Amino acid sequence: MKNTMPNTIISVKIGAEAGQGVKSAGLMLAKLAIRSGYHIYNHIEYPSLIKGGHNVLQVNISKEEVTAPRKVNDILIALNQDTINKHVTEFAGEAGLIYDSEAKIDTSKVPSTVALIGVPLSKIAKEAGNSDLLINTVALGAVTAVLGGNLIILNGLISEEFGSKGDEVVKVNVTAAENGFKFVTENYKQHLKNSLSPLESLSNFVPYMAIDGNESVALGAISAGLQYAAIYPMSPISNILAVLAENQEKYGYIYKQPEDELSAINMAIGASYAGARAMTSTSGGGFCLMTEGYGLAGMTETPLVIIEGMRPGPATCLPTWSDQGDLQMILNAHQGDFPRIVLAAGDAKEVFELTMKAFNLADKYQTPVVLIIDKNICENAQSFPLYEYPEYKIDRGKLNMQKIEGYKRYASDPEGISQRTIPGVGNFFIANSDEHDEEGYSNEESDNRNRMMEKRMTKLKTCKEQDMEKPQLFGPESAEITIVSWGSNKGTITQALKSLENVNYVHINWMSPFPAEALTEMLSKSKYILNVECNYTGQMERLIRENTKININESFLKYDGRQIYPEEIIDKVNNIRSKK
Amino acid sequence: MTKMTDLQTPHSPNWCPGCGDLNIWSSFKNAAVQEGWDSSNTAIIAGIGCHGHIVNFVKINSFEGLHGRALPVATGIKMVNNRLNVFVFTGDGDCFGEGGNHFIHTCRRNHDLTVLIHDNSLYSLTTGQTSPLTAHGFKTKSTPQGNPDEPFNPLALAIISGATFVARAYAGDMAKLTEIIVEANKHKGLSVIDILQPCVTFNKVCTHAFYRENIYYLEEGYNPSDKQKALERASEFGEKKIPLGIFYKSDRPSYEENISQIKEKPLIEIPVDRATAGELFKKYT
Repeated sequence: MKNTMPNTIISVKIGAEAGQGVKSAGLMLAKLAIRSGYHIYNHIEYPSLIKGGHNVLQVNISKEEVTAPRKVNDILIALNQDTINKHVTEFAGEAGLIYDSEAKIDTSKVPSTVALIGVPLSKIAKEAGNSDLLINTVALGAVTAVLGGNLIILNGLISEEFGSKGDEVVKVNVTAAENGFKFVTENYKQHLKNSLSPLESLSNFVPYMAIDGNESVALGAISAGLQYAAIYPMSPISNILAVLAENQEKYGYIYKQPEDELSAINMAIGASYAGARAMTSTSGGGFCLMTEGYGLAGMTETPLVIIEGMRPGPATCLPTWSDQGDLQMILNAHQGDFPRIVLAAGDAKEVFELTMKAFNLADKYQTPVVLIIDKNICENAQSFPLYEYPEYKIDRGKLNMQKIEGYKRYASDPEGISQRTIPGVGNFFIANSDEHDEEGYSNEESDNRNRMMEKRMTKLKTCKEQDMEKPQLFGPESAEITIVSWGSNKGTITQALKSLENVNYVHINWMSPFPAEALTEMLSKSKYILNVECNYTGQMERLIRENTKININESFLKYDGRQIYPEEIIDKVNNIRSKK
Repeated sequence: MTKMTDLQTPHSPNWCPGCGDLNIWSSFKNAAVQEGWDSSNTAIIAGIGCHGHIVNFVKINSFEGLHGRALPVATGIKMVNNRLNVFVFTGDGDCFGEGGNHFIHTCRRNHDLTVLIHDNSLYSLTTGQTSPLTAHGFKTKSTPQGNPDEPFNPLALAIISGATFVARAYAGDMAKLTEIIVEANKHKGLSVIDILQPCVTFNKVCTHAFYRENIYYLEEGYNPSDKQKALERASEFGEKKIPLGIFYKSDRPSYEENISQIKEKPLIEIPVDRATAGELFKKYT
């Protein structure tokens, strides 16, 4: 192994059993990188288990933006034999393996080009504090040494991470990290690199955030003036509620864990009806239960933000993996028609911005707004500059808290949006799940039904004219091959574009209303259109076909729960070119 | 001040003549006049069933939700505006069939709501099928051979699930029902009133005459703070032996009393200031 890594991205994969702290070790390494001035992308894969099973986390580190996982690893940290067995084919050309030289680890299948960096992880852990939990920390010290990272920054991170557990815990962890670092420095001089040394510009520098989509939903909601959230736990969105629950007293909103998703959406609707900015969140299975409440919010014209984090279906399926198979459900769920605004984010930063936007749209249009994300976005941390939102204004739309003479809650309006009020102000109205008249009284007359349906559906037209945004274009304006996609594929495709000539990418954020005209115009310049999605039937392709006359040449579909690698996109493009 | 005419809407009740819903409606309006409930201080939440039509006949802010889901809507309202009197109108099918899970959890959490159960032991709006409170053996459209299921005991279920004010009333005794509705609203915590009412169209057994014949009120001196006793009396049901009144009352704090965010004032009256939210972001650097 040479002293410099050949790639601009360094990929470190840590593998262990569930419960051995792979996630926290990966996050610590990511933070070490961002505090040293680098970008990161963390990619986590794990089964639906608390203990045991195989957990891996790949930390991708680069001086430039990094937005996707890689198929290969420059360093594999194997905290058990299983990690070597499962990832032995993933070593980059020149790579290293860090493993516990005290444990019975078989490295005979590891390619001879790989540097074997055996470190007595368990022995050093035992000496430092007699705890298996320290093995992680020793390995962190070891990999920091291999990459040429800064031990002082690592020790600082350890103090922050374990500070709440007392000085003794901090001390043994610092000792464990230092001894791991020292062992590698003394015994593997020939393998040490300079891939993680702090960049020169570190003085006065504000590190990036290493943040995932779940955290970004919570921060976006809090920043947007969230007042009430009712969320039932479900992979992959559970960490949204953890962040919201933790900060509720400080920021004054209420988080409630309800008995089920039916209750979650109905509680949020009740809170919103009573005047609070309200949200709920779930994955596909929970959304099935929320389907009836989804239309109730549409019928009663109650603002509501729903965050839907997709995982594979049907049924329980692959609970901790990713998918994009809920798009058509979210666009079509519930009996009858009602105006639904459906957005989809492509990375954590888009999640933050679209969550904030979703609250304003819900209040403006008095209807449910769904923000679709997927497991990769929910749980893979990525580096971004500190989020800022100086332009953002909390906009409650036509919410009126004054007493109004002759008030009619559902009065007709050319834009479809009536004045809204809340109970307790003294303006009488009924929020009625039955078809109703302008005050909300049940009404089954034909004229009234037509008027009310048309009023509600007009909101979508208004939204299309006033708020809908066109798709984002990455790469050259016109190209030989245009890729169309959405969700977490954004990071994969934009990373692949860096290695591809004459290919561009159209990223779609608005699903309903759908930017058909803008998309048609953007794609009219395309010679070959490749649609990329993580589902079996090509749900985005169906949406494009339904709304435009665009001819998609080919779809690349993946539905095994795994994230698409940039390498797969590059292969696909090369494959298309070879056939032409 | 609420006058009876203030509560009048342009719509007259469309329940069957003689239906107990009419009595419950009148009793509630009597209580509203007595206590000054109106759209400035009260919200009514209803489920789906004959009872749900009540939103059209009382001029107070209301929300008619989905079948079985009135309780979580009411819970959301109360948590963000605990200044409101929140009344939930529900039926025995709505509350114990589709909404059964919400009922036990709402009791458990002891939200400060008043739940009025229109209990006619039937699904009547769908023309007379068995409900979770229909007696074993009772013949309905869905159980022509007789109901094979045993009914819930709604009072016992409420008590063991954690409700802190549990009463039974009879729709035909409007003076007493009015009194219990007022008491229930004053109680801080979940108040459940099981209101026995006939379905004049589909239940030819539990008629007004049947109830008048068989009900009695819990004796003076009955102590509603004794949970065991309450469960015992709640199990009484039979000829001349249908007790009415307040079975159980406990001063366990309501859910809302334990939310620190709303100690000073209702959530929706607190200005939203998230200028400092940016501090949270630093944790991720």
